[in-house]
Amino acid sequence: MIHCVLHDPNDSVAVVVIEGMKAGTKMTGLILDENRTIELDCLQDIPIGHKVALKDMAVGDTVIKYGIDIGKVVQPIRKGTHAHVHNIKTKRW
Amino acid sequence: MKTTFQGYRRENGRVGVRNHVIILPVDDLSNAAAEAVANNIKGALAIPHPYGRLQFGADLDLHFRTLIGTGSNPNVAAVVVIGIEEQWTKKVVDGIAVTGKPVQGFGIELHGDHDTIMRASKAAREYVQWASERQRSECPLADLWVSTKCGESDTTSGCGSNPTVGNAFDKLYAAGCTLVFGETTELTGGEQIVAARCRDDKVRADFMKMFDRYQGVIEGHKTSDLSDSQPTKGNIAGGLTTIEEKALGNIQKIGKVCTVDGVLDKAEAPTHPGLWFMDSSSAAAEMVTLCAASGFAVHFFPTGQGNVIGNPILPVIKLCANPRTVRTMSEHIDVDTSGLLQREITMDQAGDSLLDMMFRTANGRLTAAEALGHREFVLTRLYESA
Repeated sequence: MIHCVLHDPNDSVAVVVIEGMKAGTKMTGLILDENRTIELDCLQDIPIGHKVALKDMAVGDTVIKYGIDIGKVVQPIRKGTHAHVHNIKTKRW
Repeated sequence: MKTTFQGYRRENGRVGVRNHVIILPVDDLSNAAAEAVANNIKGALAIPHPYGRLQFGADLDLHFRTLIGTGSNPNVAAVVVIGIEEQWTKKVVDGIAVTGKPVQGFGIELHGDHDTIMRASKAAREYVQWASERQRSECPLADLWVSTKCGESDTTSGCGSNPTVGNAFDKLYAAGCTLVFGETTELTGGEQIVAARCRDDKVRADFMKMFDRYQGVIEGHKTSDLSDSQPTKGNIAGGLTTIEEKALGNIQKIGKVCTVDGVLDKAEAPTHPGLWFMDSSSAAAEMVTLCAASGFAVHFFPTGQGNVIGNPILPVIKLCANPRTVRTMSEHIDVDTSGLLQREITMDQAGDSLLDMMFRTANGRLTAAEALGHREFVLTRLYESA
């Protein structure tokens, strides 16, 4: 089963694609651009469609998805935890 | 891939996939008469809306362009126009008449609703019976104009349903179809990717001018960082965090191969095949209404959280890759691409399944939105009335 997907091997976040993702799950992540998988421990319950961090990130770091800048870290993020509006913000507007 | 579809070839050579007779009000005051006519004449379709009084300048031009474009769309066989007075009514009638299709206008002043409804109903009855004898014929795929705009996107849009549209667009582009995308503000963060895909420097400059102008509108009116509106509450519930993330998902709709061959103002018609960018709102019903007014005959609408939109004259094909949405809102989804996220299907197969549904829709299958009666018709306003 694929638990999460990422676009580019350099992405720092992946999208959870199953319902009811629970902390403690050993996740299989699919890299869409390369059609290969990675393994990752899920440390938090994460809703479907929401993102999981693929590495530890500090305040001010740039978040990468699609291999491209999608915003900045505003609260520290641990690998395997939920990455969303509580710890990431736009650099625009 | 099939190379033909069964469409209605209109007087001006354009090909439609529906055969509507519409009752088109010029203004808000004429909605009641238009709806009464559509109630009298079975098969006629009223398209009520809230505007058309005291507009001026570019905003009025857009109003006329949208109404005339809607009436001119090849999915429409014939049009009855009703306005409160005759001059603006005539302007809309004359604009639609350029296509050569049957169109008549009726002004309410000096007649009242009763007399107007009676006269317009007679015209509508003749048109409905005439339209009922129009026949579909085999038409080359290149005659099909296909638009796209996504809505209530979530992260599955960017990895599933939007790239499915992109895969289909690459194939339709190669077949010589006319295609459009838009949503100017929802390219924010990915505008350089679109700019890089423009055919030449002229198109690139035109695109960036439209993009920068819209950014100016946002800058001029925003109260905070716009994070209450873009991404929307639905987007955020679905896991999208920033406008950049939303935009990069959005841009998946234009595929990997096709180039942006030109730019269009709102409700402006393309002048040649290829992929066009239309400067437009990112609100679903506004954008889809503009696509219909530009002459597009079929629409691809990827959704994540489950936008339920339709349009009175433009069949809106919905596709979704979020398994929860497909499960909880199945009556709204025409194409389920959730298998992409479990590697059960390839992107090429997903694109082909969308194209298969496109051919079925073009040949007459009602979309989920059509069957459910979704007829959202929303005119874009540029500023306050006079």
